[in-house]
Amino acid sequence: MNGALDVVLRLIAVFVVFLAFPLLVGQAEHKVMAHMQGRLGPMHAGGFHGWAQLVADGVKFAQKEDIVPADADRGVFRLAPAVALLPYLLVLIAIPVGPGEGAVGQAIDAGLFYVLAVMGVGVLGSLMAGWASANKFSLLGGLRTAAQLLAYELPMLLAAASVAMAAGTVSLIGVLDAFHWWWVPWQIVGGAVFFVAGLAELQRPPFDMPVADSEIIFGAYTEYTGLRFALFLLAEYAGIVVLSGLTAVLFLGGWHGPFGSDGLGWLWTLLKTAVLAFVVIWLRVSYPRLREDQLQKLAWTVLIPLALAQIALTGVVKVVIS
Amino acid sequence: MNLATHGAALQAAAGHGFLSPSGVEIVFLLVGVVTLGAAVLTVTTRQLVHAALWLVVALGGLAVEYLLLTAEFIAWVQVLIYVGSIVVLLLFGLMLTKAPIGRSPDADSAGRPAALAVAVAAAATLVWVVTDAFRATWIDLDGPAHGSTKVTGQALFRHWVLPFEALSVLLLAALVGAIVLSRKYAAEAGAGPDAGAGTDAGGRAPRTGERQS
Repeated sequence: MNGALDVVLRLIAVFVVFLAFPLLVGQAEHKVMAHMQGRLGPMHAGGFHGWAQLVADGVKFAQKEDIVPADADRGVFRLAPAVALLPYLLVLIAIPVGPGEGAVGQAIDAGLFYVLAVMGVGVLGSLMAGWASANKFSLLGGLRTAAQLLAYELPMLLAAASVAMAAGTVSLIGVLDAFHWWWVPWQIVGGAVFFVAGLAELQRPPFDMPVADSEIIFGAYTEYTGLRFALFLLAEYAGIVVLSGLTAVLFLGGWHGPFGSDGLGWLWTLLKTAVLAFVVIWLRVSYPRLREDQLQKLAWTVLIPLALAQIALTGVVKVVIS
Repeated sequence: MNLATHGAALQAAAGHGFLSPSGVEIVFLLVGVVTLGAAVLTVTTRQLVHAALWLVVALGGLAVEYLLLTAEFIAWVQVLIYVGSIVVLLLFGLMLTKAPIGRSPDADSAGRPAALAVAVAAAATLVWVVTDAFRATWIDLDGPAHGSTKVTGQALFRHWVLPFEALSVLLLAALVGAIVLSRKYAAEAGAGPDAGAGTDAGGRAPRTGERQS
């Protein structure tokens, strides 16, 4: 009975995090972008610093009519937002935030493979939306999403494999248990490759070619309105949380910190995640969009060689120190 | 393969009857039925993209079956490779060729009976081989996992290294073949629009271009 209660409590905690953190990232994006680009709109609603902007956005989405285009494939069209969003909830279950058994939703033996596999499923939501909308801009967006996936999937896996080699395990908790501070400089190239490839998976700028609003309206999400569109946005922010959290856990030592990592380790995880999420937002306001061929070139001539070099370095160091 | 090498961990079926199944066995059968249904729908539906999506359900169901057999690593690799990559490639191809919404009247081919015969023969062979190989061996679900990453890795790199390496060579040959095919076309086309696309997508794009021209 106690075991069952424990599991339920953990799942509820993960669900609350899943509902709250993406909204926090969304609010932070409003404010950071407003400051960096001198935007006045997001600083207005509610008075002080525009605190109510996110609430207003939510009300706006909830009020809008839920429209399915006449020629669309209704079933697939309606299912797509759920397929895009749910994988990130499932990934969040496996990310450890602190030391010990108590600080993870569910310890998974092959956690690294689990998170990468389940994150990849989310892309299917964009593809389904792009095809089912019966709109050529949506179809183009879906095509670009798929082409992008072909480019970033391999470097992301290779970078993750480097950490697994270093730790000698594919369990996320095992990776953290094996962590030493000098892993950060050792694995920094792999970390950068992982983060960049993850940005491409989330279709965040500078890799937002699949939703490039100045070219193809809003890509696969063009025909969506109201809450279904909000779900896609939520999936994007949940993706930022998951990517930042994973990068922090795999490459920056998660709950390890210079001090206080025994009791307050979860604060270190949250701090690192928040800093990385800030970098994601920062990149959005400061980098121009890459074209499809530029992305492919970056992936195949820069990211994959770098990831392979990182694996070679990991292997050499691992053999030398053992 | 993994099961065979760890025969010591398996028990004979002496203590197991088919009339008093455990919860896991019932779930296993139900997921199996769903997987089979999705697989049948994949090949019978007239809507191309729906076929690809039913394939996702079938492959996902297979991953759940692996999980229920405690082969966690294999299950996640199944999701990673097949659902995350192969199906995306399929959908990419379907979108490139503008798969219509609704039924595709030309989705049927005259080879239906032949395909059915091949499918039935393949299924019969596989079922026969698997039942003959494992007969009534039973996995002890309560003990340590037999399909954990560690166990799978040890089995793969201690007992099955040669097949593993042979498969790598096969994949390498396929990779080189894809490059050769795409380069040949680029040379023939001269300064065609696809000539510069020397990436992974380049191997696919020229072939679609060929069909359209």
